Amino acid sequence: MQGYFWFAAKRAAQLLAVVFCGISATFMVTHLSPISPVESALGRMTARSNFAPEAVESMRAALTEMYGVNEPLINQYFNFWARLVHGDLGPSLIAFPTPAMELVMRALPWTVCLLLTSILITFFVGNVMGALAGYNQNNRFLKAFGVVAMGIQPIPYYIVAFILLVVFGFIWPVLPISGGFAMNVTPGWNLAYIGSVLQHAILPASSLVLVGFGSWFLGMRALVSNIVTEDYVTYAELAGVKRRTIVGSYVIRNAAVPQLTALAMTLGGVFSGTVITEQVFNYPGLGSLLVDAVNGGDFSLVLAVSTVSVAAVAMAIFIVDLLHPLLDPRVRTD
Amino acid sequence: MFAVLRDLVRYNIEFAIGVTLVGFILIFAAASYFAPTDPNLIYVVIPDQPPSAQYWFGTNSRGQDLFWQLSTAFRNSVIFGVTVAVLSRIISLAVGLTSGYVGGWVDRGLMLVNDIFVAVPIFPVLVLFYFVLRSDLNSWTLALIMACFGWPFDARLIRSVALGLRHREFTRHAVFAGMSTPKILLQEHLPYVMPIVFSTFMANMLWSIGLEVTLAVLGFTNINQATIGTVLYWANSHSAMVVGVWWWILIPVIFIVILFVGLFLLAVSLNEYIDPRSRLRRMGA
Repeated sequence: MQGYFWFAAKRAAQLLAVVFCGISATFMVTHLSPISPVESALGRMTARSNFAPEAVESMRAALTEMYGVNEPLINQYFNFWARLVHGDLGPSLIAFPTPAMELVMRALPWTVCLLLTSILITFFVGNVMGALAGYNQNNRFLKAFGVVAMGIQPIPYYIVAFILLVVFGFIWPVLPISGGFAMNVTPGWNLAYIGSVLQHAILPASSLVLVGFGSWFLGMRALVSNIVTEDYVTYAELAGVKRRTIVGSYVIRNAAVPQLTALAMTLGGVFSGTVITEQVFNYPGLGSLLVDAVNGGDFSLVLAVSTVSVAAVAMAIFIVDLLHPLLDPRVRTD
Repeated sequence: MFAVLRDLVRYNIEFAIGVTLVGFILIFAAASYFAPTDPNLIYVVIPDQPPSAQYWFGTNSRGQDLFWQLSTAFRNSVIFGVTVAVLSRIISLAVGLTSGYVGGWVDRGLMLVNDIFVAVPIFPVLVLFYFVLRSDLNSWTLALIMACFGWPFDARLIRSVALGLRHREFTRHAVFAGMSTPKILLQEHLPYVMPIVFSTFMANMLWSIGLEVTLAVLGFTNINQATIGTVLYWANSHSAMVVGVWWWILIPVIFIVILFVGLFLLAVSLNEYIDPRSRLRRMGA
């Protein structure tokens, strides 16, 4: 137990380091750039309007005050952290005066649910199928499956999502291709709403599953095909241990450890994929919010989405890392 | 080198297919050097012509011959991918070899930085860069930024090999012979990690071109430069699918799939070649 505690403490320290550096970098990128957020926001607001010059001046003063850009950079940095601790990143411009954080928090559950569902499906199904394919290397069906996985896996998220969109939007329109739920249902805990949400999640989730699936399948197959040549597996086979026990406890359990590490390492990438998929299917998550914010020139909202995604992905990696010792007893006793 | 390639083609069907697919795309991309007009010009041919003997891939709604447009797009994207891969290989080699050979607190420090880079979700960061740089974000800047994020996985891989090399006899000989650390890393250890560098090169190209496509499709890069992503961006912004100009979408998508599957097969087969156990199994030994 002591070993586990130390392991968790070390990981927690790492989590803090990642979050701190990531958020600091986000701050630096946005604040060291030559483009002033005040001027770009002002440019957008005054683009198609007839404000008096005095009004523009006072808007400039108000925006400067709001972004706090008149202070030295180091003060801005500390102010940024002080406000961030309270979850305040200033009001959003595209939904003024809603706080940017509130918009992010509204979008976050959608992304988390989409991500969680697709990761669980891809990770478990991909690994189990991969293990079976590695163990039964002459199975025709699993071989064909490997070829398909190899063909789909390298294609970028966007292209797969787009192909699904074209197929189910133009060629065979049976599934909703846009939004998080139908317009005619009221959000809440009722059957119509939940059904609509699930129905709308099918396409985005399956595009993520299609892309993510292959890498687990191929990785697990390669791992298992090496493990089955190990002496302890041959020994278990000779000793007459049941095939199912061999696959489950001897092969998959040992191969799952590096796969779990791989899961922690790919989470950032999968998150990026989710962001893109959401944009394609107009899903009301962080991805669509980020794209809207960039297109609307919303400085606070872009900063808020980036900050929250850095923190959320680091947190998810931390959780996956904590699962690691449960599978691998060597980490516990370390 | 030649014998390695011959073995790969002979025993590894994935490698043969990968070489064919990528070679096809490279020849197609190289054709852009013979383009009859500047591919950045618009309204040079009749818009919206379906594929025909005159326009092999048809023309798009911006009055460009899609064959030459796409050829240029693939050239730019492949050059972009190679740039990112070369730059990030240099970083990962420097970090991986140093970290593995020097060890101690240098190793711990570098690996901490490595873990931080692995954990940062790259896409929001790239969007952030676009947001602050806007039109200053040309493909070179983007390549540089992506190279700064594309090294950590491979650095770890290289480090694991370098860790083993450190205790080998020849390293000790080199140290006693008075070779300096940079010299040992470059002349003694580098050849051992070159196979990893080659196989991750392909994987890295896949990653960077894929991200570029994604950014460009959303309009978050320099949309006036023809790349794979910007071709799709313009097709979307002219609602090509709805208007019925299907070739503007279908042909680029097919070519993208060819390029990605080809690169992936190359990466996978090289990866397998590095592992002697699976290589022997394939050769039937």
